Amino acid sequence: MLENFSFRSIVEYLPLFGQGLVTTVWLSALSFVGALAVGIVLCAMNLQRGWLFRAPAKAYIDAVRATPLLAQLYFLYFGLPRLGFVLPELVVGILALSLNSGAYVAEIIRAGILSIPRGQVEASVASGMTYVQRMRLVILPQAFKVTIPPLLGQAIVLVKDSALLSLISVAELTRAGQLLASDRFMPAEGFLTIAAFYLLLYYCLKGLAALSGRWLGTAGART
Amino acid sequence: MIWQQLQSLAGSYPLALRGLGMTVVLSLISLVLGTLLGFGLGILRTGGNRLVGSLIGAWVDLIRGTPFLVQIFLIFFILPELGIELDAFTAGIIALTNLAACFICEIVAAGIRSVPTGQVEAALASGLSRWQRMRQVVLPQAMRIVLPPLVGQYVLLIKDSSVVSAIGLTDLTRVGWLVVQRVPNGLLVFFLVGVGYFIVCYPLIMLARRLERRMGAAHGEVQL
Repeated sequence: MLENFSFRSIVEYLPLFGQGLVTTVWLSALSFVGALAVGIVLCAMNLQRGWLFRAPAKAYIDAVRATPLLAQLYFLYFGLPRLGFVLPELVVGILALSLNSGAYVAEIIRAGILSIPRGQVEASVASGMTYVQRMRLVILPQAFKVTIPPLLGQAIVLVKDSALLSLISVAELTRAGQLLASDRFMPAEGFLTIAAFYLLLYYCLKGLAALSGRWLGTAGART
Repeated sequence: MIWQQLQSLAGSYPLALRGLGMTVVLSLISLVLGTLLGFGLGILRTGGNRLVGSLIGAWVDLIRGTPFLVQIFLIFFILPELGIELDAFTAGIIALTNLAACFICEIVAAGIRSVPTGQVEAALASGLSRWQRMRQVVLPQAMRIVLPPLVGQYVLLIKDSSVVSAIGLTDLTRVGWLVVQRVPNGLLVFFLVGVGYFIVCYPLIMLARRLERRMGAAHGEVQL
């Protein structure tokens, strides 16, 4: 069994874990903002009537959903330098997470907008509202309610996905665990500690999702 | 230049096939095991025993709350310390099966809970045994709710199998990683890797969408 489990090593590596945790949090937050931006654009394209915008958006969403994040990450990591963009690993990682989660966010927002009953749209057309007024005053406020819990669910997925960035040597939480595991041959100490940190983040976001569901009167997030 | 690269890529197609084979085998084995285990856990979770139910719930939360990469590392590096020797393939199967079982457990439990209690009471009143009730009354109705997300879960499982490349299994993603060391064209190499996954996953995504539409319609019909 793990009779020589070394709490001392964990404590010695605590600053490193702290840095990793902080990095994981802010890079996930930044990627989530990026994913929202990508998702809103994709969703706007996807809701157009003509195929000119719709087809590329649909193709992008399908391509992202049918391939693993790790392959997408390597695609950017090994591919961008070839196009002349030599970026730091961290930037490549945030880019990959944003582009990946953006496709899922687009579908979440689309489901939210389509959940508004058709009659409401017709009523606002009949009241003489313009497209922007309709969106701003009728559809989006209601869609907002429906989308918040699943968006938080996506945030949970994103935080967990950010662990993959350790494979392109971004110094985030999982990387910190790997360092303890390889420097001192202590995989149990390293990986159990980071698992605990990830659980902490998970329960925070899950609590937030439950709270938001109660505030907004919708069902909890499905992850 | 590009021709040379294409030739070099064409030369590594046996490796690519092996990688694709590894991805398919890994996914298939853990898909079958995970489904069986997931259904069992889901039924136990919604069964009468509170303690068993909350134990399963806690385990599912632990698995859903940690990154899959960390789970693989834990299994691959810590089980040997506990005296259980295992190779990367077994570790990958264990990790994927466990992941699939946890997510499928939740899907099945949601499906079972969606069956109206009146149905169970009626089955009870007709004198059906516990097993008969589950098999002939509850599960067939739950399947309508379970099936679309179940297929969606299979897609996630296939995609998650790419993470086992981190412990050195030569699956499709690992093959891409190996090839890109020789043929320095990441765009082309990982585009092809993506195509490989797309061919496996996209039909399943289409199936999930179709099931969702069909089951949704059927649900509307039957709803009282």
